[in-house]
Amino acid sequence: MSSNLLSGAKILLECLSRENVEVIFGYPGGVTLPLYDALFDHPIRHVLVRHEQNAAFAAQGFARVTGKVGVCCATSGPGATNLVTGLVDAMMDSIPIVAITGQVSTKLMGSDAFQEADTFGITRSATKHNYLVKNINDLPNAIHEAFYIAASGRPGPVLVDITKDVLQGQAHYAPVSEIHLPGYKVYGGGHSGQIRRAAQMIWEAERPFVYAGGGIVAAESSAGLRTLVETVDAPAVCTLMGLGALPSEHPNFISMPGMHGSYAANMGMTHTDLIIALGVRFDDRVTGRLAAFAPHAKVIHVDVDPAEISKNRHADLPIVGDLKKVLPRLNAEIAELAPSMRARNSAARHAWWKQIRQWKEENPLVAEISKTEIKPQHLMSEIDRLSGGQAVVTSDVGQHQMWSAQFIRFNEPRLWINSGGLGSMGFGLPAAIGAQFARPDKLVFSIVGDGGFQMSIPELATIANHALPIKIIVMNNGYLGMVRQWQELFYNNRLSEVQLSTFPDPEKLAGAYGFKGSTVEDVNDLRRALEAAVAEPGPYLLNVKVTPLENVFPMVPAGGAINEMVLRPPQPVEV
Amino acid sequence: MQQIISLLMENKPGALMRVTGLLSQRGYNIESLTVARTLDPTLSRMTITVDVDPNSRAQVIKQMNKLINVLQAVDVTEGSVLNREMVLLRVRTPQATRTSILKEAEIFHARVVDSTIEGFALEVTGHPEKLDEFIDVMRSYGDIEVTRSGMVSMSLESKKLRLSPPVPAAGTMEEDLELQEAE
Ligand SMILES: Cc1ncc(C[n+]2csc(CCOP(=O)(O)OP(=O)(O)O)c2C)c(N)n1
Ligand SMILES: [Mg+2]
Repeated sequence: MSSNLLSGAKILLECLSRENVEVIFGYPGGVTLPLYDALFDHPIRHVLVRHEQNAAFAAQGFARVTGKVGVCCATSGPGATNLVTGLVDAMMDSIPIVAITGQVSTKLMGSDAFQEADTFGITRSATKHNYLVKNINDLPNAIHEAFYIAASGRPGPVLVDITKDVLQGQAHYAPVSEIHLPGYKVYGGGHSGQIRRAAQMIWEAERPFVYAGGGIVAAESSAGLRTLVETVDAPAVCTLMGLGALPSEHPNFISMPGMHGSYAANMGMTHTDLIIALGVRFDDRVTGRLAAFAPHAKVIHVDVDPAEISKNRHADLPIVGDLKKVLPRLNAEIAELAPSMRARNSAARHAWWKQIRQWKEENPLVAEISKTEIKPQHLMSEIDRLSGGQAVVTSDVGQHQMWSAQFIRFNEPRLWINSGGLGSMGFGLPAAIGAQFARPDKLVFSIVGDGGFQMSIPELATIANHALPIKIIVMNNGYLGMVRQWQELFYNNRLSEVQLSTFPDPEKLAGAYGFKGSTVEDVNDLRRALEAAVAEPGPYLLNVKVTPLENVFPMVPAGGAINEMVLRPPQPVEV
Repeated sequence: MQQIISLLMENKPGALMRVTGLLSQRGYNIESLTVARTLDPTLSRMTITVDVDPNSRAQVIKQMNKLINVLQAVDVTEGSVLNREMVLLRVRTPQATRTSILKEAEIFHARVVDSTIEGFALEVTGHPEKLDEFIDVMRSYGDIEVTRSGMVSMSLESKKLRLSPPVPAAGTMEEDLELQEAE
């Protein structure tokens, strides 16, 4: 018998090792028993989460802070279906994860066997690509292809569904040296002619405006972005997915654009004559009413996914390519033209900056501070003070997410971790688990709402188990705040099913898991409470009681143009 | 409007589901779809007729091309292209009209594939619009039953098929997979 006869489960782990997988977030079950048996004495670390959805979110947290492929694992049937939200979430935000699921044995497939679900069919639209492995000889290729597809081009989730007989079976294992996906196009450095024309357009513009997104983060091209912004001295906004792509403290950084973006960001977008769109997708939360979006602008759009070009907004100059490779080339062209072009529109550009500064001054994003209560904005600015633009902040979904994005600085990419495209409540806490495993050295805040936190409470066990020093900050407004805000503003303040009248005592709750927790409601105690949480060597659950009926502003009402922002509450709110 | 897409894809389990799923997911209604192997048995050729807003045509093609199993998706709605469909039709007819039906069939180049005292079964291929006319004519003779194959298309222009080369497995996906894109 040859020495390389291995079980499917061992082959799988061998392939994962070759992909440099350090940690798998997962949950076992019947058909994955062979895999878990092989994992028992394997160097790859497995982290037992408390719900498969959180395995996918934790894998995302890992991927989002490192840029590496995150891995999660679930059993067949309910295990696999529980992953789906996390997969769609990764799809929407272009996050590279590989999900391994077990499937019932090949001979049982199609018989409605115990814990059989059509995982392959169910996850077709939830993934960038997926595999069903029914033959052990196909396993190594499927795994390596999955990692390649997840990480390359526009990243995304890939699922590999493996039948139990494959995991249990034996085969001669020969490492895969090459993968061949003839129909999978990965784009490179962009078209030279287009890049040259883009540089020309950028210098010719009088009011250029950089609109940078998650694509910059995914392509690790922050340095290129910075060079571009500085060479042409253009104002720049980063989207919710792109925060940190340009340091928040950079003098050219305006803020986030869109529905809850700043006045200056949205006015800039509305009045620019050239949008330099880098790794963005003109999402409806950014553009507002598309017909009224950036009416005076020509658009240069660089993206690695050709389907994003001219999907929502026509691109006058498209460049399909990997920003990591395109930006240095574009910057070289820009630099080459600089001596002859820089002076050309300097008066107009000077006026443009003056205008932008004026917008910033007219309606700055400043956190209101009250003497009697903790304003949510105040909470975020205190967290910002402790972070100093350096901490990892994972957020859940809702008002707290928008205030975090508005008031916390991120001086590097991969610090701000949130569910942007799908807006999945329950994301924040498990994402922090993945982030803390990836960066044990980092201060990790998990800012969650009192609603979303209660969707992920089970993961307190995982946090306690591994003594992850995550600072869980519950922004407790007693409501499903974001929905309440819309009910107030657009449904005559008929607050239907948005009140969260009970919330567990954080001291007891954290205590039940063996770590510390507390509540702070006096504004005078806020700073001290946050500092105590950060000083704690282990995990900490801080429940911060904030103004219950605060609304997020500025706000572009759904269907509105982004320059038609509601800047502040129209009148004192009464309930 | 109707958009005709010709698609070359790997003949793999689930590939068809990916194509149809993508169309329904993005809200495009499939009017007809045909699929069969090519000379290379590992590949299939598919012709899809979809009902799309003219502004979405390019987007549909781009989304199709993003599917890993799709080697090439081309819009063949316009340009030099052959579009054909096949119809199988049964017509019940009284004795008196049998000869005129046969004459009519001849005009449309239809073939009789079965003949009984009740009527005929006919087979015809042609441009879908011509087939509509054929069906209308046959209906005027009596009860008919029709099965249409859906359209198959072939572009008469040669479109370069660009395939990605193999890449090294596990990790290294550096400069070697550099691909110059078409704008
Ligand atoms: C899984 C899921 N269900 C429902 C929603 C809709 N939703 C968006 S924000 C929100 C309220 C969140 O409340 P909370 O967690 O307390 O955060 P807050 O808005 O109060 O800061 C809801 C219900 C969602 N985004 N995700
Ligand atoms: Mg709340």
